[in-house]
Amino acid sequence: MAMLSFERKYRVRGGTLIGGDLFDFWIGPFWVGFFGVTTAFFSFVGTALILIGAAKQGTWNPWLINIAPPDLSYGLRLAPMYEGGLWQMITICAIGAFVSWALRQAEISRKLGMGYHIPIAYGVAVFAYITLVVIRPVLMGAWGHGFPYGIWSHLDWVSNVGYQYLHFHYNPAHMIAVSFFFTTVLALSLHGALVLSALNPPPGEPVKTAEHENTFFRDFIGYSIGTLGIHRLGLFLALSAGFWSAVCIVISGPFWTRGWPEWWGWWLNLPIWRN
Amino acid sequence: MNNTNIKIAIAVTGLVLAAILVPTFERPPVQTSQNGFRGTGMEHVVNPRLRATTVAANQAPAALDAADNDGDRASTLYQNVQLLGDLSNAQFLRIMQAMTEWVVPQEVRDAGNGCAYCHNIENMASDEVYTKVVSRRMLQMVRTINNHPHVGQNGVTCYTCHRGRAVPAEVWSTLPMSRAGLQAPTGQNQPSRASAGSSLPLDPFTPYLLQDRPIRVISGTSLPGYNESSIQNTEWTYGLMMHMSAGLGVNCTFCHNSRSFADWAQSPPQRTTAWHGIRMVRDVNMTYIEPLTPLWQANPNGPPESPRQVRLGAMGDALKVNCATCHRGVNRPLNGAPMLQDYPELRTIRDGPARSAALAPQ
Repeated sequence: MAMLSFERKYRVRGGTLIGGDLFDFWIGPFWVGFFGVTTAFFSFVGTALILIGAAKQGTWNPWLINIAPPDLSYGLRLAPMYEGGLWQMITICAIGAFVSWALRQAEISRKLGMGYHIPIAYGVAVFAYITLVVIRPVLMGAWGHGFPYGIWSHLDWVSNVGYQYLHFHYNPAHMIAVSFFFTTVLALSLHGALVLSALNPPPGEPVKTAEHENTFFRDFIGYSIGTLGIHRLGLFLALSAGFWSAVCIVISGPFWTRGWPEWWGWWLNLPIWRN
Repeated sequence: MNNTNIKIAIAVTGLVLAAILVPTFERPPVQTSQNGFRGTGMEHVVNPRLRATTVAANQAPAALDAADNDGDRASTLYQNVQLLGDLSNAQFLRIMQAMTEWVVPQEVRDAGNGCAYCHNIENMASDEVYTKVVSRRMLQMVRTINNHPHVGQNGVTCYTCHRGRAVPAEVWSTLPMSRAGLQAPTGQNQPSRASAGSSLPLDPFTPYLLQDRPIRVISGTSLPGYNESSIQNTEWTYGLMMHMSAGLGVNCTFCHNSRSFADWAQSPPQRTTAWHGIRMVRDVNMTYIEPLTPLWQANPNGPPESPRQVRLGAMGDALKVNCATCHRGVNRPLNGAPMLQDYPELRTIRDGPARSAALAPQ
């Protein structure tokens, strides 16, 4: 069993959100739990439905498998299985699996007496997915506005949906999201480099500690956010990137139908400089 | 500042920002047409409330009562009728009246001087009023356009562009290029009305709609090593495409599948119409509009007796045509009303060069 000797004392029962002791046991290193069972159920069913779709489509090429949403004419109703119904069922399974996984993270956090930072962080990614396949389609009145499940097909969808608004780089929330993505990468690269350099001193010298790390950044940019703070900052940057990504797509369509450059008319027409 | 003050400051800033930004957006419900296989994102989203305004602004006027085709031809009844000589007298007078209502300014018509906008009332056959010479050339242009594959059976009349004004509302001319601040010689880093409010080149029309510079920039190979075009060319092309989208009230996927903009096999059929449209506008600008520049330079504010209306752009060039001149925010001008069917007179404009003595400024 892949478990360190001291891990055993953390294997405590209880802390579940639902079902009491039901499934509150371990299989090897893995805790099962009620939401572990529901995660596994939705994952297996969803994957099987994707395989059915691939068989019906006639390809096993993983790049080309495509589970497309229904035609817009079905609105928010159920579609026949091979005309978008599979997409609807797979969406239900995906949301079931993702939400189960977040709740499983919450239960494990409770067992360990930790904060809920992990399920909340993961929940932002799930929220972005639900925005794409539920919130925005409902606001626009058809499941067909969801993205297709396929490695290449979803990229084609992204491209075409972006060009529906002529120039997506003018989407203000897209600007914010992209800035957060780049800032996340910048912070992670600075932080990773800092830790590696502190842990890899020249031969014969001791490993450096947080005081050296802080001093480096105080000399470098006049400020060090600190060993705990960098992780809070990183979480904020990464979650903001995901959150504003969801915002940028949910406003495209339900809350703006024209080219995104045109939206900036309010800025160009501010009374300060309009002529 | 203590925590409470900071919180209040954040709340106030947030409320002010929300008050400014929330009204800049639209709201559901929106309408979407699906223009491709499901899940490909080949869609067109419109705001029905904004759409209703655009549609209402593009209504074709009621047609004049039809004229009979009996009797002598206009060429035998009147002198110097070069293009409309095959019409009957009733048809000839009908199209003259229609052209007056379509093109002559409202004030001139209301004052009862509609005919005098183009004619010497003492001698209707005379070409001395420059607007008559322009009109004759415009009729030849209408003939060319109505024989062009771009317009199909719907065709155009003077009204398609003019809408009751001497100069159509949507025209373009060469812009004076500012180099202030960070502006590039293409006019970048300043909002471009031509490019639907983006900072793409300010004037994508001169290279593509007045000249016939190549529009295509996408590589024909998987690696770009053999592509002669540049990022600058690409932005110019993008600017033209922004104009076409905004001018027609459509988006990029109306004519292209963005997974391969270049591939005709993956493009919606509307792209063919647009391809012809670009050629048609080029022909209109090169053959008909630009050569009339001397007449407009001689009369830069229109006919002397009429309300002043500028005939030239800021750089002294003619006011030229682009997609928006006819389309005005709808993908079929005048919402697709087949106006030409009501004016069969415009289908009988004679071919061949018109002899206008006054093509040179007087």
